[in-house]
Amino acid sequence: MNEIKCECGHVNPEGTVLCESCGKPVADNQHLNGNDDQKLLNMRYDGSARRSQTYNRTIIDKVWNFFSSVKVGVTLIVITLIASAVGTIFPQEMYIPPGSNAATHYENQYGLAGQIYYQLGFHNLFTSWWYMVLLAMIGISIVIASLDRFIPLYKTLKTQKPKRHDKFLKKQRIFGTTESTEVNMELLKNNLKKHRFKVKEEDGSILAEKNRFSRWGPYVNHIGLIIFLLGSLLRFVPAMYIDEFIWVREGETKVINGTDGEYYIRNDEFLLENYDENDERFQEAIQRNGQPVPKTYQTNATIFKRTDDVVVGADPELEEIKQAEARVNHPIKFDNFTLYQASYQQNEFRDMTFELHDMDDEDTTYGEFTVDLSDPDSEYELDNGYRVVLDSYFPEYELNDGEPVSKSKYPKNPAFVFNVYPPDESEPEVSFAGIGANVDGSGENDHKVNLVDFDVRDVTGLTIRKDYTLPFIALGGAIFMIGVIQGMYWNHRRIWIKPKEDGVWIAGHTNKNWVALKREIEKVTKDTGVSSPADQQELKG
Amino acid sequence: MKETTIEKKKKRLVFRSILLAVMVGLVVFALISNHNEDKNVVAKGEEPPDFQLKKFGTEETVSLSDYEGQGVMINFWATYCEPCKDEMPYMEELYDDYKEQGVEILAVNLDSTNLVVERFLSEYGLSFPILHDKDGQVMDEYDVGQLPSTLFINPEGEVEEEVVGPLTLDKLEGYLDEITPKS
Repeated sequence: MNEIKCECGHVNPEGTVLCESCGKPVADNQHLNGNDDQKLLNMRYDGSARRSQTYNRTIIDKVWNFFSSVKVGVTLIVITLIASAVGTIFPQEMYIPPGSNAATHYENQYGLAGQIYYQLGFHNLFTSWWYMVLLAMIGISIVIASLDRFIPLYKTLKTQKPKRHDKFLKKQRIFGTTESTEVNMELLKNNLKKHRFKVKEEDGSILAEKNRFSRWGPYVNHIGLIIFLLGSLLRFVPAMYIDEFIWVREGETKVINGTDGEYYIRNDEFLLENYDENDERFQEAIQRNGQPVPKTYQTNATIFKRTDDVVVGADPELEEIKQAEARVNHPIKFDNFTLYQASYQQNEFRDMTFELHDMDDEDTTYGEFTVDLSDPDSEYELDNGYRVVLDSYFPEYELNDGEPVSKSKYPKNPAFVFNVYPPDESEPEVSFAGIGANVDGSGENDHKVNLVDFDVRDVTGLTIRKDYTLPFIALGGAIFMIGVIQGMYWNHRRIWIKPKEDGVWIAGHTNKNWVALKREIEKVTKDTGVSSPADQQELKG
Repeated sequence: MKETTIEKKKKRLVFRSILLAVMVGLVVFALISNHNEDKNVVAKGEEPPDFQLKKFGTEETVSLSDYEGQGVMINFWATYCEPCKDEMPYMEELYDDYKEQGVEILAVNLDSTNLVVERFLSEYGLSFPILHDKDGQVMDEYDVGQLPSTLFINPEGEVEEEVVGPLTLDKLEGYLDEITPKS
C-alpha cells in the first residue's frame, strides 16, 4: 500500500479518488466512485478516501468494513422493517386474552399460519433476541458508516485548495469557459461576498464556498439516532426505568410494585361513570357495543411511605404522604413515580349477609349475620342461642370431581359450608350456600341459611412508571431534527474560478438544488465579463 | 512502508477494536437484560433475597436469614392450588428426618383469608412452619408466577434447585438430600 502523491504536491491517503487539494482524479482509484472518462465526476464524499480497501487484513477490519457499507445498512433496515411488519399480522403474546396459552392460542385462532407464527417466535418479536440483534446491528452500522464517511469528507473539505486541476473543473456538472481579457475579478469577488460566499484565493484562482456545515447534517442526524438508541437501551437499567402494574381493592393497602417496598397505596374509592344510555347522541354507539361504555373512571387513593427498614413481607410502618386522584390521563405523581389509571374490575364481593330461618317458612327469623369475605369469622352467634360455624369458605367456588374447591383467593363467586347449631344441640345441621345455590346437606335440615344482602367493591388497576430515559430520548430526537434541518434547508455550494491565458474557467458544485446554484452563478457573474456556464448534465441528456 | 503509516495503521486498528468492543458490550448488556426480564423465580446459583413473614396465626416472625448455614426449602403454595395440596403430605413425611439433619421447610402460603388456611391446616395437620404472605410480597420479590413453586437453598445460601410445578416424593427427597449440610 502506498500513499498517493499528486502532481500538485499533495500527499493523499490511500483510496483517494480525487486529490484532496487540487481535485485531480487519481487514475487507479476511479472505479471506487464508478467514474468514467467520458462522464462527469461523481462528487460523492468529494472523492475522499473512505473505507480504504487495504485496511482489510485483520478480522477487526473485515467486521468494520462490513458495517461500513451503506448496502449492508440498508439491507439491515429492510429486513427489520419486514420483520416488524410481520410482527403486526397477529397480536403479540402480551395482547392475547389473559390466561390463554400461547402454544395453543395461535393455532386455534389463526390455524396453520398462526402455528407457524408462534413456532417462529413472531408472537414475541419485539423482545426476541434476533430482533434486538437486528436493531443493534443497525446501530453499529450507523456509527461505523458515519465515522467512515464523515472523517475523510471533513478532512478533504478542510484540505481543498482554491486552485483546482483542469480535469477536475472540466468534469464538474456546472462548467464554462470564457475567452476574454476583460474579466472584472474584483467585481466578481465582491458579488460573491455579497451573496455570503467565503472567498479564498490562490495564484489568482478563486474558491467561493458557502454552507459547508450543511454537509454535516446527516452525521448530526445519526448522532441523534445513536443517543435515541442508547436512551432506549437505558430502559433495561432498573434504576432508570420502571413499568409495573398492580391491582388494588377498595379499602386495601398494598405495596406499590417497583418501588422496592418503599411506597404503599390505599384505594379509598373507585368511581366509574358510564355514558348515559338515555342520551340520544350515545344510544346507537352503546347499543353497538352491547354493554355500557365507560366515560371516565378514577381512583381516590392515599400514598404512604414506609418509615422503617424495608424487609420484604414484614408489616410496615407507614406515613401518609399524599392523597390524590388518578384518572385516565391524569396520573398521581410522587417522588419520580407516576401512577396511571389503567384498568378496573367491578363488583367483587366485599361481604355477604345471611339470615337463618325455618326450612319451610321464610317469614321466621333467628337472626342475621354478615360474613366479611376478606376476613371471615369462624363462628357467628345469633339471637336465641343459635350458633353458625363457618366450616368451609370457597372464595371463587367451582366443582372439581364433585368436590367443592376454590379457583382463587378472590371472592368472585363465594360459597360456604355452614354448620348450624340450634340451641342446646350438639349435632349441627350442614348446609351449603353460594350465589344461586342453597343445598341442604343431609336432606333433613330444619333450618335454612339464606343470602339476604351483599356489598361489592371495585378493584382498580394502576400502572406504575418511572422513566429517567425520556430526557435522553428527547435529546436524541432534538439532535436528530437539528441534523435533518441542517442538511435539508441549506445547500453546500462551491464555485471555482481559474484564470487561463485567454480568459477564465468557471465551475460549480452543490450537494442539492442545482437550479438555485445556477441562478446564483448567474447573479454573481453579471457584468463581470464571465459568461454563464452550462449544465453539462443537461447538455448530455 | 513508512513508519508513520505503520503507526497510523496500528492506531486505527486499536480505535476500531475499542469502538467495536464497546458496541458489542452494549448489545450483550441489552440481550442479557432482556433475557433476565423474562425468567421466572430467582435463578439457580443466586442468593435469594431475605424476607420476614409471620408464622401463620401467630405474631412470631421468621426470616430466611434465621437459617444461615442450614439447607432451606421454600415452598410457595395456596389452598386454591390443587397440586400444592398433593405435595403437602410428602413434605410432612420427610420433615422430621431432614429437620434433624439441618434442613428447614418453609411453606409460604398465599391465601388472603385466615379461615381458609386454618381449616386446611386442621385437616392436614402439618408440623413444618407455615408462613403467611398475605399480600404476595415475597412471591413478587421472588418472581413466582405459578403455584406450586419450590426453591431449594443450600447451606451456603445459594439456590441449588428451583422447581416450578408439583414434586413427587422421590424428587423431593432427592432435592432435600442435595441441600443437606454435610457434617
